[in-house]
Amino acid sequence: MLAKIHITLKKDVLDPQGSVIANSLKSLGFDNVRDVRQGKFIELEIEGKDRDTATKQCNEMCEKLLANLVIEDYSVEIES
Amino acid sequence: MKTHVVVFPGSNCDRDVAVAIEKIIGSLPKMVWHKDTSIDQSDLIVVPGGFSYGDYLRCGAMASTSPIMKSVIENANKGVPVLGICNGFQILIESGLLQGALMRNSSLSFICRDVIIKPTNSKSIFTNKSKISKMPIAHNEGNFFASDDQIKKMEDNEQIAFQYCNENGDINDESNPNGSIKNIAGILNQNKNVLGMMPHPERAAENIHGCEDGKTIFESILN
Repeated sequence: MLAKIHITLKKDVLDPQGSVIANSLKSLGFDNVRDVRQGKFIELEIEGKDRDTATKQCNEMCEKLLANLVIEDYSVEIES
Repeated sequence: MKTHVVVFPGSNCDRDVAVAIEKIIGSLPKMVWHKDTSIDQSDLIVVPGGFSYGDYLRCGAMASTSPIMKSVIENANKGVPVLGICNGFQILIESGLLQGALMRNSSLSFICRDVIIKPTNSKSIFTNKSKISKMPIAHNEGNFFASDDQIKKMEDNEQIAFQYCNENGDINDESNPNGSIKNIAGILNQNKNVLGMMPHPERAAENIHGCEDGKTIFESILN
């Protein structure tokens, strides 16, 4: 199974990198860009067939190591 | 006094801290490799600065899972003083010994220069001799963040150790190098036996450094 994990800064946490990217996009003419949030994307290959177990494991991984819950949110997607 | 300095792959302030401890506290610390599993009988454990594990994932995240950290946490929970400097501060946060998070500097650039800090809590074992001090910072991720609730609790419990300020001790935006909430430069845990700080006291600890203000941290511990 393939787990796809997105980690992004929480909505109420300032993202200075995102702001700079937004400004650069605007200067390229993409005037309709409102807000940019930069984050991380992690792909994991996991042995096993049970999607629920894999999801549970990935949530645990995010909470223990992959994300910092003080400033970040995460989402997990499992593909078989 | 028995002291220990934890060394991770990528630590680069471990020897500076050892020199400062030897000169100020009076005995050489024992250097502890991150793969070791126990620290027995310590009066001070220092988690030094550097770029442990190349700052992979998040600064301090990998180091916080090192075998030695279990013992550092056990010692901290027993009341042994633990001092984390710069990357050491990041590691202590990632290991859960300290609250909050250290994010990328608001300027998005690495900052290496002297700053002025003042003790917000000048009663702790690390800060009882502290005054307005000049020390260098050298970091890319020192922008302290915590939720409003957490900050309120930390303030009520006198856990804010140091704040960035100007020469007169005024805490304002101009004296905040990295965007930290409330100009926070260092924090204590609830029991006040764990201190994490971004400025480097060991780099301002003898005459040749051009400033000796950092000595007060180590002198406070001796006190």
